[in-house]
Amino acid sequence: MPVFDLATTELRALNQALHALDKSGPAEDFEVTNPRGSHAVAVGIDAPVNVTIDGSVGYYCAGMNEQATITVKGNAGPGVAENMMSGKVVIKGDASQYAGATAHGGLLVIEGNASSRCGISMKGVDIVVKGNIGHMSAFMAQSGNLVVLGDAGDALGDSLYEARLFVRGTVKSLGADCEKKEMRPEHIELLTKLLADAGITDVKPEEFTRYGSARTLYNFNVDNFDAY
Amino acid sequence: MTYKNPVTTPRKSATFDDYTLSEIRRAAATGIYDIRGGGAKRKVPHFDDLLFLGASMSRYPLEGYREKCETAVTLGTRFAKKPIELKIPITIAGMSFGSLSGPAKEALGRGASAAGTSTTTGDGGMTEEERGHSTQLVYQYLPSRYGMNPRDLKRADAIEIVIGQGAKPGGGGMLLGQKISDRVAEMRNLPMGIDQRSACRHPDWTGPDDLEIKIQEIREITDWEKPIFIKVGGARPYYDVALAVKAGADVIVLDGMQGGTAATQEVFIEHVGQPTLACIRPAVKALQDMGMHRKVQLIVSGGIRNGADVAKALALGADAVSIGTAALVAIGDNDPKWEAEYNELGTTTGAYDDWHEGRDPAGITTQDADLMKRVDPIAAGRRLANYLKVMTLEAQTIARACGKNHVHNLEPEDLCALNIEAAAMAGVPLAGTNWVPGQGGF
Repeated sequence: MPVFDLATTELRALNQALHALDKSGPAEDFEVTNPRGSHAVAVGIDAPVNVTIDGSVGYYCAGMNEQATITVKGNAGPGVAENMMSGKVVIKGDASQYAGATAHGGLLVIEGNASSRCGISMKGVDIVVKGNIGHMSAFMAQSGNLVVLGDAGDALGDSLYEARLFVRGTVKSLGADCEKKEMRPEHIELLTKLLADAGITDVKPEEFTRYGSARTLYNFNVDNFDAY
Repeated sequence: MTYKNPVTTPRKSATFDDYTLSEIRRAAATGIYDIRGGGAKRKVPHFDDLLFLGASMSRYPLEGYREKCETAVTLGTRFAKKPIELKIPITIAGMSFGSLSGPAKEALGRGASAAGTSTTTGDGGMTEEERGHSTQLVYQYLPSRYGMNPRDLKRADAIEIVIGQGAKPGGGGMLLGQKISDRVAEMRNLPMGIDQRSACRHPDWTGPDDLEIKIQEIREITDWEKPIFIKVGGARPYYDVALAVKAGADVIVLDGMQGGTAATQEVFIEHVGQPTLACIRPAVKALQDMGMHRKVQLIVSGGIRNGADVAKALALGADAVSIGTAALVAIGDNDPKWEAEYNELGTTTGAYDDWHEGRDPAGITTQDADLMKRVDPIAAGRRLANYLKVMTLEAQTIARACGKNHVHNLEPEDLCALNIEAAAMAGVPLAGTNWVPGQGGF
């Protein structure tokens, strides 16, 4: 198994090696040691590789990931898994701002808490946060699912489009055009799958509340003046 | 005998002119601000207020058509492994698929490629029409990230991080529901028919320190091959350029207030941002102060119409210019042959700017399947190539007249200004004087 020690190896060498992998596999295992908060670790991968990072990373770890499974055994800085297309990213600790920003696909699991703007402008990704999420999360979220086992901060889902938000704890406040929705059988089914994919077995889907777009701001109307 | 007061000529207010009155009535009737496309229409100091001095006793000209006057420009020499090589110093500005039809994007790609220059995507992702017909394609990285994906990032020739644009520094985009077709909706992951709002700032970084890290990420994803452009609107050009250099830009695109947009509020277009002419010298000074002039290339846009404008922008220190509105006109926008249809829309040739409504008779700013057939991408691409070549020939003509064997050798000392405002903004003497307003203490 290739091991890249970022205390002695340039980041460029790691990302170059990951980019050189065959897109169609076979799956390989990579280990990264001493990340020490480095930015842009394991970004732009397009191969079914398993990357384990032993420690905390800085900004944009796993950015634009395709296919890879990336596990961070520590905390992640801002923008983890930003614009991810597919694959799986697991953060064992906490994640900073903009986790999963604009991501199109794949699964992002944050085992700790996520800071503000988690899932901002998400475009199809599934995000599961075991802890709490900060303010303005799922801002302008377009599609995909955000699952929060803990609480959500202020202005959840502001200017939301069609993304689905599931929160088990409390929501400090909802953003513009975000409202509580009915949990129908298909949502229970979806949530069951998402929790299973995230390896969560001790929580029931029925414990969550669903939030989504009220769709009142989809087309401009001056009578919604107070919402702008 | 009763006194009769003689009738005076009816006098309209300069403050409340006909346009202003119509806008008040429009706002009262609709309850929404006026949205339109294009750039500032108000008159501002511009390149027309500058003149070249030409050769004289102290310098001699080059022979037109016989002595070489180079026009090539290389963009991205600072960090990128694969800089862009352009034959001419005129590029096509970012315009989105969504705001423009597929055939219009193809025409831009064809025209730019035939003239040896680049074109640029916009807020909505990269289309096959554009990639397939553009030998050099700049891929915009915008706040909305609509259509952004690593595969297109890797097949781009350069990446342009858009911080702002001249028509609306500090503003996001707007694509109203009537232009969100199935294809546009799919590319942007949005439901059909809704008003699509593009964010005004990036979702995963704030400020130049973060941007430096973001650029590092994009370089890592693309293996340090692609030039990274940063595009800013004409807001605070000295500091914006200095911070863009600090953040790691290879190329800076600076767009003045005459630069167009697909759609935004009229009040934004006309009242926010600085004229192009006012932006260039501060931007160049920032590069010079940092020892980066010609190392980080500067592309200027916003109201470039002909070879004289190109030459003047280069003389003030730009490495290249970019055109948007003029390119659309070249491929058929606002063509008089559609006058009857413009009239039906309540406008006239040359004034049509309701691009967001998707009813463009010329088939350019629309997603209507029938209207867009009016654009023949091959013929329109040829027109654009012709126009780009004419502009280049014109710029060469002026450069030769000033004794320059490369258009980049034009300099502020080749210019004078027709009025005090332009002299102050361009930092060149008022014609007939040696006075540069704002310099030397007065």
